[in-house]
Amino acid sequence: MNFDDTLQEAEFRATARAWIAANAPKQYEEELRKSSLGRTQLKNANILEVAKAWQKKKADAGWACLHWPKEYGGRGSSPIERVIWQQEEGPFGQLSRMFIIGHGMCGPTMMAFAREEHKRAYLPPLASGEKVWCQLFSEPAGGSDVAGLRTRAEKDGDDWVINGQKIWTSGAHYSDYGILLTRTDPTVPKHKGLTMFFLDMKSPGVEVRPIKQASGASDFNEVYFTNVRIPDHQRLGEVGDGWNVSLTTLMNERSAIGAAVSTGFPELFEYCSSLMLDDGPAIEDRAVRAKLASWAAKASGLKYTSMRAISALSKGERPGPENSIGKLVAGSMIQDVATYALDLQGAAGVISGAEDSELAGRFQAMLLRAPGTRVEGGTDEIMRNIIAERVLGLPGDIRVDKDVPFNRILTKGRG
Amino acid sequence: MNFDFSDDQKQLRDQARKFLTEKCPPKAVRAVLDGKAPYDKDLWKGLAEMGFLGVAIPEEFGGAGAGHLELCVIAEEMGRANAPVPFSSTVYLAAEALLIAGSDAQKKKWLLAIASGEAIGTLALFEGKGNPSPKTIKLTAANGMLNGVKKPVADGAIADFAVVAARTGSSGRDGDISLFIVDLRAGGVEVKSLTNLDPTRGQAEITFRDCKAEPLGAAGEGWSILTQVLDRAAVLCAFEQVGGSDRALEMGRDYALDRIAFGRQIGSFQAVKHMLADMYVSATLARSNSYYGAWALSTNAAELPEAAAAARISATQAFQHCAKNNIQVHGGMGFTWEFDCHMYYRRANAMALGLGSLSYWEDQLIDRMRKKNAA
Ligand SMILES: Cc1cc2nc3c(=O)[nH]c(=O)nc-3n(C[C@H](O)[C@H](O)[C@H](O)COP(=O)(O)OP(=O)(O)OC[C@H]3O[C@@H](n4cnc5c(N)ncnc54)[C@H](O)[C@@H]3O)c2cc1C
Repeated sequence: MNFDDTLQEAEFRATARAWIAANAPKQYEEELRKSSLGRTQLKNANILEVAKAWQKKKADAGWACLHWPKEYGGRGSSPIERVIWQQEEGPFGQLSRMFIIGHGMCGPTMMAFAREEHKRAYLPPLASGEKVWCQLFSEPAGGSDVAGLRTRAEKDGDDWVINGQKIWTSGAHYSDYGILLTRTDPTVPKHKGLTMFFLDMKSPGVEVRPIKQASGASDFNEVYFTNVRIPDHQRLGEVGDGWNVSLTTLMNERSAIGAAVSTGFPELFEYCSSLMLDDGPAIEDRAVRAKLASWAAKASGLKYTSMRAISALSKGERPGPENSIGKLVAGSMIQDVATYALDLQGAAGVISGAEDSELAGRFQAMLLRAPGTRVEGGTDEIMRNIIAERVLGLPGDIRVDKDVPFNRILTKGRG
Repeated sequence: MNFDFSDDQKQLRDQARKFLTEKCPPKAVRAVLDGKAPYDKDLWKGLAEMGFLGVAIPEEFGGAGAGHLELCVIAEEMGRANAPVPFSSTVYLAAEALLIAGSDAQKKKWLLAIASGEAIGTLALFEGKGNPSPKTIKLTAANGMLNGVKKPVADGAIADFAVVAARTGSSGRDGDISLFIVDLRAGGVEVKSLTNLDPTRGQAEITFRDCKAEPLGAAGEGWSILTQVLDRAAVLCAFEQVGGSDRALEMGRDYALDRIAFGRQIGSFQAVKHMLADMYVSATLARSNSYYGAWALSTNAAELPEAAAAARISATQAFQHCAKNNIQVHGGMGFTWEFDCHMYYRRANAMALGLGSLSYWEDQLIDRMRKKNAA
């Protein structure tokens, strides 16, 4: 067991640090450092543009998507080098959150299932942030039950014709490409009739409508498909094998989101260190300390759990279902942390405007974004199911739609 | 960076697990629980023969000289087996105090006796209610004589010697406290067994009346030594707690697969599945924190105080959580004496208190984080 850099790792760290010091967009450093879940806007700049510029700069110098193979725009780095990079990139790493779906989910799926010429054509501009990707899985009728989706793909010559609707598609409004899960055969049980594609989001017949979220922001969208044509060579995996392809995406999603998700703890600790209560600093209050300590132990537990996962990865093991733990723990933690930070402010905790509120509305923004964390990428309940079934080996839920052809299963609870 | 035990260490774990599965079945734990013996003597002898008692003791003092990572591996297995032996008091507390502060002669005498299984040791720190603090120590030492009462003392009734915390000054500060080694078989010592939550690890009251004692470490440095001992023990106990959590989770999982209700395995009910998933989550967080603690302990890193407190909190919460929900998964059966669930429930709740309670370690963690941030 060893936490110190090897000689090689230390050298890598030094090179990365020097490059970042010379190239990062430092004018945004403070703002990025103070941004937290729910609040990653820049005051005087468009964050997407800043993110794209930084990503491009990294790609040109060979620092983008470190663990991807070089021929696809990466650096061929080890998992540990990737961690070192993240540590050194610090607050500037916030910018790459804009690409998390493309880099964390679409890219790996393309790498596993796309044709070689497509990988060489599409992956490097994805790595460099020039092209943004989205993930078109969820539908009004199929979120947790992804396989319950209804968007149809019908073969027409060498093309597929797509009709239907997706929902909650993050970043679709600024995406260039997407991976799309469709139903190609409604006469077989739901998991067997799915097929995966990738497509150009500018294709005729694709319409993106932003949705205003509970938090007030609009990061996700509805996407409508009307006779959209996708050439067969953009199919990922076999016809009818879309479920398996999507499992690759979802598994990567859990480790990508799990590793990146924030807990709110550093923000709360900092806050309690400076906050004065009636009878002294908050951090000297017994009740406050007890809560902080419990969360501190959770946050460090998560950190070292992901270190263990990275150690396993560097020994050649694959990311497994145990990665579901990150989002499950962090999701409800950030919600509790934000609630508590506001509780400490008393009545004033309600004020959320950046100018009027303590800490510029940071915890209010966190609180309003947190419910989404517990839903996106699989709800808490689905995460617990995964752990129970795939890690602990408990029986799967009883499925009443199991062997029933898709076009004969129930679609509405009442009436 | 490599955040895992080595293959050799994993092999040692397998070896320890195999040994304990054979020599420490639940029936052996029960014999102690039922009061047939104060601890499992055969197991203790076996542990000595396997070299487990002295695994982190240097060879020159009779140990295997392997190190603390190896001790962590064994600690996990001791917790998993719920071993009814004075392992934590002897190996984590007494031996660590000697390793940190003992003179060459003291180490030769006592560490050798620990490694060979001839001596059981303990730490006599508490004096009734309250968490570790120099203020709570009233027992005095003057002219090499101790006077006062310690309780509870873990395994005090079976221990051959104790490291005793005593007051040697009156400034009201940490520097008032010094440590002593006392041969508990000598005169001036009166030992009384106390009933407690977990009879598989006994507790005692020890009265010292003009009892001869030998200083351990420099006068006035007792508190700083104790802090180090408690930090190390916190990591080692965390591994026992992780082992116990894992075993409780495993028992719950197995029962959920076997038991049928409403025509289904109860493990197919989501409320039960999710309860077990949450047990897995807390056990995993505790394991990861403990690994970090193990690294800090084995390298004597500056991070040890913070890592130890986080491991302690996480492992205490996990073991309590897993042990109580293991009973819940077992339903009425889980609440019978006959099933093993309560043994883990007892151990989890007793261990939560032994080195200072959860709230004490929470307080410590925040103190230590603040110090680090200030530095
Ligand atoms: C911020 C955000 C971003 C998103 N981004 C994307 C994206 O980019 N691309 C994309 O494809 N999707 C995206 N989603 C959609 C997301 O994946 C789904 O919302 C999620 O999987 C839940 O599905 P649902 O909304 O249909 O809820 P439902 O499945 O209807 O769930 C409703 C409730 O029922 C519970 N439930 C459902 N099934 C079970 C079960 N088997 N056992 C126990 N409880 C169950 C759920 O846990 C939940 O509490 C995003 C969602 C959010 C909030």
